[in-house]
Amino acid sequence: MLRNWKLGLVFMFLSGLILLFIVAPLLGMFLQTTGDQYLETIADVEVRRSIRLTLLASLTGTIIFGLAAIPLAYILARKEFPLKGLVNGLVDLPVVIPHSAAGIALLGIVSRGTLLGKAGDAAGIQFVGGVAGIVLAMSFVSIPFLINAARDGFAGVPSRLEKAALNLGASPWRVFFTISLPLARRSIYTGLVMMWARGLSEFGAVVIIAYHPMVAPVLIWERFASFGLAYARPVAAVFVMVCLGVFVVMRLLSKKQIHVRN
Amino acid sequence: MLEIDNISVRFNSFALRDVSFRVEQGDYLALLGVSGAGKTVILEVLAGLLKPHDGRILLHGQNITHLKIQDRHIGLVYQDLSLFPHLNVEKNIAYALRNRKFSKKELQSRVSQLAGQTGVPHLLKRFPGTLSGGEAQRVALARTLASDPEILLLDEPLANLDVKLKSGLRGLLQQINRSGKTIIHVTHEYMEVATLANKVAVIENGMLAQTGTPESVFRHPESEFVAHFSGVKNIFPCRVDANGTNSGLKKAILGKACEIQFVGKEEEGNGFVMVSQEDIILSEGPLDTSAVNQLQGTVKEVYLSGSSMEIVVSAGVDFVVAVSRKSFEKLNIKPEKAIWLNFKAYSVKFLKS
Repeated sequence: MLRNWKLGLVFMFLSGLILLFIVAPLLGMFLQTTGDQYLETIADVEVRRSIRLTLLASLTGTIIFGLAAIPLAYILARKEFPLKGLVNGLVDLPVVIPHSAAGIALLGIVSRGTLLGKAGDAAGIQFVGGVAGIVLAMSFVSIPFLINAARDGFAGVPSRLEKAALNLGASPWRVFFTISLPLARRSIYTGLVMMWARGLSEFGAVVIIAYHPMVAPVLIWERFASFGLAYARPVAAVFVMVCLGVFVVMRLLSKKQIHVRN
Repeated sequence: MLEIDNISVRFNSFALRDVSFRVEQGDYLALLGVSGAGKTVILEVLAGLLKPHDGRILLHGQNITHLKIQDRHIGLVYQDLSLFPHLNVEKNIAYALRNRKFSKKELQSRVSQLAGQTGVPHLLKRFPGTLSGGEAQRVALARTLASDPEILLLDEPLANLDVKLKSGLRGLLQQINRSGKTIIHVTHEYMEVATLANKVAVIENGMLAQTGTPESVFRHPESEFVAHFSGVKNIFPCRVDANGTNSGLKKAILGKACEIQFVGKEEEGNGFVMVSQEDIILSEGPLDTSAVNQLQGTVKEVYLSGSSMEIVVSAGVDFVVAVSRKSFEKLNIKPEKAIWLNFKAYSVKFLKS
């Protein structure tokens, strides 16, 4: 009993320490920013524009690459094929490489002289120094979050249900859209939120492909490098608040969905 | 109509070998066997969920062995039912109908009809997670019937149901079969076969042990394994005594000291004898009857079995005897009491090893 009590105390202490580690810097940032600074920052057109660009670029990347990533997640969950382990490893690669290196790698395939760069130019899409490049960089570093979550979601759907649907005369397409996808939707939704959130915070890959137009993380860096901490902190605080707000709304929506289903 | 021709499926630790049988339109075939015998594998092969390594399946003469699952028109109700948890009962039943491009009106009318037939019209808006075992079983049946399958495959449909629910569902299955639907029903329960099926196929270790009508299979089992399924509890290994022939009767030696006589052609060798527990008469002394087998024994155990009693009598080997309560009281049967077992030579069936 005594040992259990001691164990609980140690665990609570360590848990508290970790939570403090996460919350303290953010709380410090919010508290050190004055009301006037908040108002001034919110009124700043450059800040508003960069935050809007960040939210939309990450959302665009999540939608476009998410559509293609979901079938890949399904294949990884359901099919056995040679070198599947290698493919699973490749999916995680963007998470483990330095993001500045990811930016350099991406630059190598989208700069003007490359095939993709030329195709983009022909179609009027500018990757380097353009929104398309930002979307690409954000998606590159954040897509593993969606693929992994969706793969786990599909793996959790009993294949027996899919076979039962086939047995009832459904085509494989209908089985996917009416059974597999709806039953894995919680995980897919979580993956989409995680991908979008991870894309928002991307700095390293984005700054190499497109310093301008400035996304919020680049703007925060620029304010810090040019004017110092006092000028960067309010922008960071407002951006984090916006992200947290959207994140909380999405979590609530997700919970509501689960409640409705149950 | 449905012909299974030398189907074989191999897994790492199990194989279904050369299974062949035939099912006619309107038949109710029971696939009987213990767990792991390969009954469900046969259903999955028929439904197209598993590909056989050898053999072929013919439906109305057409080879459907390699046809896609969705094109076979063979409906399977899984043992775990596999209802779609995110769809309510109405949408579960309508699932197959939507595959068949029914109009909205036709779809609603067909759902109502199927729900009525299976006794679930009050459950249409409920989700599978809120249904009882019996309700879920009926919904699964309605859902599969909605696909209008040529053959209905049922994997242990009465398992895990209480007696009352079993009785209700048994009636529903009989009704579905009487409407002309061909049914193949996997079970390990002899009683389900006896009450529902007009044909039975006994599966043992991935092989077909015996097929026929339930009456022929259970009255004339061709192996000890099949005999065990017939509900007969007195099955004993024996040796036929070559010198024991007497007036056309053979003598079988059970264990060390028990001898019984039976009618048969076997000259000698090892095998099994079986005597139905209903064919044995108990008495307090030897009876002056035509029964040639009269063995003295001691009551070992007494069990209540439904409305009758089951008495275990030790007479060299342990015989199980079924008696009415009235006889039980009349004979004042209790453990350790000396008692006589009487049965005819004709009641003894011999199975060669």
